Amino acid sequence: MSRHQEPFDSFAAAQSESRRTAVRLGSKAGHEKRTEVLNRDYPGSPSRVDSLRRLAGEIKQHTLDHLDLYLERAQARLEANGAKVHFAADADEACRTVLGILQSRGAKRVVKTKSMATEEIELGAFLEREGIESLETDLGEFIVQLDADKPSHIVKPIMHKDRREVARTFEGHGLGAYDDTPEVITRRAREHLRRKYLEADVGITGANFISAESGRLVLVTNEGNSRFCLAATRCHIALVGIEKLVPRDRDLGVLLNLLARSATGQALSVYTEFITGPRAASQPDGPDEMHVIFVDNGRSEILAGDCREILRCIRCGACLNVCPVYRQSSGHAYRGVYSGPVGAVLTPLLAGEGFNHFADLPRASSLCGACNEVCPVDIPIPDLLLRLRDRGKRAGAKPAAAAPSMKTFARLASRSATWRRALRAGRLLGLLPGPLRPRALRVWSENHVLPPWRGGAFREWFAKRNRPPVDGAV
Amino acid sequence: MGDARQLILDRVKAALAILPEKKPLPEYPADVALSLGAPAPGDAVAGFREQLESVRGRSFTDPAALGAWLAEQGATRGYCDPALAGWLGTALGGDLALETTLDRDRIDDYQFGITRAWGAVAETGSLILDDATTSRRLGALAPWIHIAVVAPERILPDVGSAIAALGDDPNVIFCTGPSKTADVEGILIEGVHGPGEQVALIYSRA
Repeated sequence: MSRHQEPFDSFAAAQSESRRTAVRLGSKAGHEKRTEVLNRDYPGSPSRVDSLRRLAGEIKQHTLDHLDLYLERAQARLEANGAKVHFAADADEACRTVLGILQSRGAKRVVKTKSMATEEIELGAFLEREGIESLETDLGEFIVQLDADKPSHIVKPIMHKDRREVARTFEGHGLGAYDDTPEVITRRAREHLRRKYLEADVGITGANFISAESGRLVLVTNEGNSRFCLAATRCHIALVGIEKLVPRDRDLGVLLNLLARSATGQALSVYTEFITGPRAASQPDGPDEMHVIFVDNGRSEILAGDCREILRCIRCGACLNVCPVYRQSSGHAYRGVYSGPVGAVLTPLLAGEGFNHFADLPRASSLCGACNEVCPVDIPIPDLLLRLRDRGKRAGAKPAAAAPSMKTFARLASRSATWRRALRAGRLLGLLPGPLRPRALRVWSENHVLPPWRGGAFREWFAKRNRPPVDGAV
Repeated sequence: MGDARQLILDRVKAALAILPEKKPLPEYPADVALSLGAPAPGDAVAGFREQLESVRGRSFTDPAALGAWLAEQGATRGYCDPALAGWLGTALGGDLALETTLDRDRIDDYQFGITRAWGAVAETGSLILDDATTSRRLGALAPWIHIAVVAPERILPDVGSAIAALGDDPNVIFCTGPSKTADVEGILIEGVHGPGEQVALIYSRA
């Protein structure tokens, strides 16, 4: 059994044409909206958008560079506010900590909001195995859960599905007769899920940010599902990556102004909720118990390495939307919770020992730099991809599609006669059916379509051309 | 559990110990992220109304006009904050049944919910609800129409000043227009889990 994975292309090719089209159109629209709204709201030259991105990047990098300090400060504030704080070194410990809290309350039903951290630790599947109903309430995630599918985008989990596919899913799960009107789909989810919120024992969320200064946990949604979880249940559990901190409340202002504009082209998402602890005594609705679980799961190892800047990420999805490789290949080709450029960095790093299984991801990039230019926290993603390519090479991962080496090319191209012969051979190779080609080229051509061989055309033209008059203008 | 905490902190400290330099905390002016959507000074009410409309919310300054709009919607029964029900019931006019308790078992019987807002943000058209001011989280969320009563002098100019004013309430939420999704083919649908109509009544009882 090989430790090495297939090249990225083969995973992209496995996605259906309709899915790739849906992803291409969805991500393009997302990028256009982002650019329009950011430049509309922050006009000026030199670019205000750019200086805000850099400022936000500095705030996050400062936080990471002093993460021990801010973690301790946030814990102290959260506890002073009446929340219980837990730490989990890995995915298993995080899941078991959640289970422990649920068991202590005799809880059987959980409603969940969309959270990349819970996706990453596969909390939903874990709870189901333990006999606890764990229901996704974000419309996209709800559909992903019904289909036992995987999200294909950090912000828009069902970007790869069209309305017909969703309507068939609803029909198959007894949520009404087939109807692919998006409005009908949404109403049916509304009716189904509001009963589930009211019956649930515990609401589980992630967090977009935590301010170390105040212990404020910030949750951002458009649908209102996190608010419903925190209005209908009596216990709130938040799973939070240790990198989600910011130093002060005022830093939240900078980051929130960039997050929604970068993610969905909104000044603010519809619901921005600031939570410091259990509900006020005068408030009838909401949790009287709040737990925050800080999850490491590989992050401290990333912090110790040369790709630590990736921990600035605020999960807006702008780098996915702009990336030419993501647009062509769709999120599932990245085989991880995180797709697109951020996934190409984060997935191999979070895989730890399994790095080589994802060594193709950092290579699946044109290094065009667009991901860095749109990043609201200015992560130098192309630099990180290069570092990971280097690491993959040193770790002995299979090189990208066994391309002919540059040494061979140099030998062929440095002498005129050899080059002429190589061009003629190339024309013959192009005529050969795939399996008869030399091995190096065969491996490569299994994943690539060769254009018709055109080598030598210039030489032929040059030899046959009518020489122009030496001193006459054309 | 204590072990995990120590383990994580030790790993983080070890990772940071080898850094040649650490990024200082950047200082910046309070209005650094002020957007073009922020109102001109003294124009918070008009700015708020304009921005709320741009996120497909509605605003009223006259309770009777709001009452007429509710009648047009065919909304006759809803939840109302007990502190508002008396005077507002009269001011809205018409034949509205205002219930001052909320029964979770018949949550869909409430066509609207009327609660107070702590304040608002003009820059983004957001209503600010908190645990102390908003009588019930569910009353402001579950009905199709949510009406928040906000005093004009509580409309703050921008997001930065609203964050600076968060105070010590354990739960503050900025609501910016109706609940919405674009998950299915990027098509915008309103009223996913929360209100499909977000209304502000900008009004101070004289």
